[in-house]
Amino acid sequence: MQRDRLVATPERDVAPQYTMEQIVAVNPYNPDILPDLEAYVHEQVNHQTYSLDTNLCLLRLYQFEPSRMNIQIVARILVKALMALPAPDFNLCMFLIPEKLQMEEPFLTLITLAHFLETARFRDFWDEAERNRQILEVVPGFEQAIQRFALHVLSLSYQRLPRLVLAEAINMEGLSLDKFLEHQVVNNGWSVEKAPGGGQIIGLPANEHNYPELKKNIADSIPLEHVSKLFPVLT
Amino acid sequence: MAYESSSYGGGYDDSYEERPELRYGRDAEQQEPDYDTNFVPDAVQSFVVYLYRYIREKNVYEILQMYELNFQKLSERMFKQSPWPAAEAIAPYVDNDHVFCLLYRELWFRHVYARLTPTITQRMDSWDNYCSLFQIILHGNVNMQLPNQWLWDMIDEFIYQFQSFCQYRAKLKTKTEQELALLREYADVWNVYGVLNYLQALIEKSNIIQILEDDKDGGTNFTAQNGYDFQGGGSNVLKVLGYFSIVGLLRVHCLLGDYYCGLKCLLPIDIHQPGVYSNVVGCQITTVYYYVFANLMLRRYVEAIKACNQILLIIHKTKQDHQASSQFQQILKKNEQLYALLAICLSLCPQGKLVDETVNSQLREKQGEKMLRMQRNDEAVFDELFSFACPKFITPSPPNYDELVNYNQDAYRLQLKLFLSEVRQQQLLSSIRSYLKLYSAIPISKLASFMDVDEPTLRLYEVCVVKFAGWKVSSS
Repeated sequence: MQRDRLVATPERDVAPQYTMEQIVAVNPYNPDILPDLEAYVHEQVNHQTYSLDTNLCLLRLYQFEPSRMNIQIVARILVKALMALPAPDFNLCMFLIPEKLQMEEPFLTLITLAHFLETARFRDFWDEAERNRQILEVVPGFEQAIQRFALHVLSLSYQRLPRLVLAEAINMEGLSLDKFLEHQVVNNGWSVEKAPGGGQIIGLPANEHNYPELKKNIADSIPLEHVSKLFPVLT
Repeated sequence: MAYESSSYGGGYDDSYEERPELRYGRDAEQQEPDYDTNFVPDAVQSFVVYLYRYIREKNVYEILQMYELNFQKLSERMFKQSPWPAAEAIAPYVDNDHVFCLLYRELWFRHVYARLTPTITQRMDSWDNYCSLFQIILHGNVNMQLPNQWLWDMIDEFIYQFQSFCQYRAKLKTKTEQELALLREYADVWNVYGVLNYLQALIEKSNIIQILEDDKDGGTNFTAQNGYDFQGGGSNVLKVLGYFSIVGLLRVHCLLGDYYCGLKCLLPIDIHQPGVYSNVVGCQITTVYYYVFANLMLRRYVEAIKACNQILLIIHKTKQDHQASSQFQQILKKNEQLYALLAICLSLCPQGKLVDETVNSQLREKQGEKMLRMQRNDEAVFDELFSFACPKFITPSPPNYDELVNYNQDAYRLQLKLFLSEVRQQQLLSSIRSYLKLYSAIPISKLASFMDVDEPTLRLYEVCVVKFAGWKVSSS
């Protein structure tokens, strides 16, 4: 009876020039890469980059060895996943996080925020986000990412929308919203008209979603990577 | 094929393992068995001698007969309630061939799991046997042609025993001191890293992913020869085990809730084409089942429905061919589970056109009433069908042995919870859907007032839930 037989881990020489993504593709079931994956999360946060595969790999390793789980890092992964909307990354992460943990903070808040975003309740989202700034402001670029997502959603369902709806969705008003609209009009084909009863009506560029007659996607205010993230979800 | 206790009851019911006669059986582990595993009846002697000969001759057809038919017949006749003779006892009849004994032992343990309840020592010994067997295969020291059925069953059983061990380990309430001590001491046994790394190693060492790539341009004829290697006089074992390990990884990842990675692992195999996987019925059904389930959890409902439809048609057409097979019960069980999954998918995403009429009529018969209730947002039915159809999720890490509670349902509860919250999020959508059915062209403002939400919310909600939930609204 060979009780001392160790777990079979194929021999690897992990040369420093491999990226984390490559390492995870080649040798993901390896407890030794856990610290590197954690460091990589910090790198993503600081450099405003993102890697779903490596983050999922880390969550998996935490599942295998719960004593090594770092709550701060899991929270950061979830915030980054929210920033990846409309990609379903947040849900992918949730499948790997123990139920007990999901019932504690900061996960409860993050789940609420995700729910608001997935049901397009932007007003509720921004209110809740404001109440929980401390969880979110550790990840630079969060606000901008959500604003991009909100614009994306608006562009799918509106050709013309009241200023108020836009303002609520991207959490901007007053002068900063004026500046933003100016930029969009000049660079991205938006239009701004006066509404009959006062206020403004924003016109968004036509695309195949908000203008069903069009077969081709003309709108380019949405970065390509957001559209392509949509594809795995749409069928 | 592995027998799962869930075959014996609906829902996530593992009470079969808790039945009273077993409880005493486990405590009395040291009790002398009333069979002698050193005694080798003539029939068994004959069996191993012939099997050994056919393996040496690489006579795949005869090996398959012995493996599929004779082993089952003898088990049924002589070993209904007892293990086969020990490997040590039969070894003299097969030249003490090391590899044959490892293969025999693998069958031996499989039989124990199927007919008896393995003791903790047997569970651990079986792990050791798999390690030895895989090590030898990985080092290229096995020169055999074994039937694909056997090789698939090996991977299938390997993962089944891992799953079973995780379940077993997480039920601490009825553990004896001795069992707890063994579990604490031998933490590497059925370790999740080990299981995954063996599957990964088989894939890598066999180079199967490159082989499948080359297959596409006709560079190799792996698929054309169904994985066998008759011209080269070589061995199919490593390659085919590597191939089936691809499915193995899909399955293990699904058991861990990692559906995205599971589907990624499956990519080298195209389930929309026939292949080596579709020539072993158990493999095809298992592959598509996990593919469907993963897509369901990722909200890719249309993809899940299509794959479900495809496999249910296949089962319908070929079911009768397998009536005599030891796997028939498992096939029937998976058939029912797939109908349940189809019912769920169609309730969340009505796409009736994707379903064949044969499948549709079976579906209406089996799940018609439940589907009506799901369409009325009856959450209890979603719960019931999910629990019936889902895999037996596992917690991969060892439990806290100091807290004597049962953890074995934790993983399942999490997946169920996430699934139900997704169902709830779809409830508003189903209201939209039913209104749209009544009114072919309804201005969104009117719809909003019916639903008592303001128009912007409804518009945005429709986009998010409809467009992001993998469901195309057929009307504009």
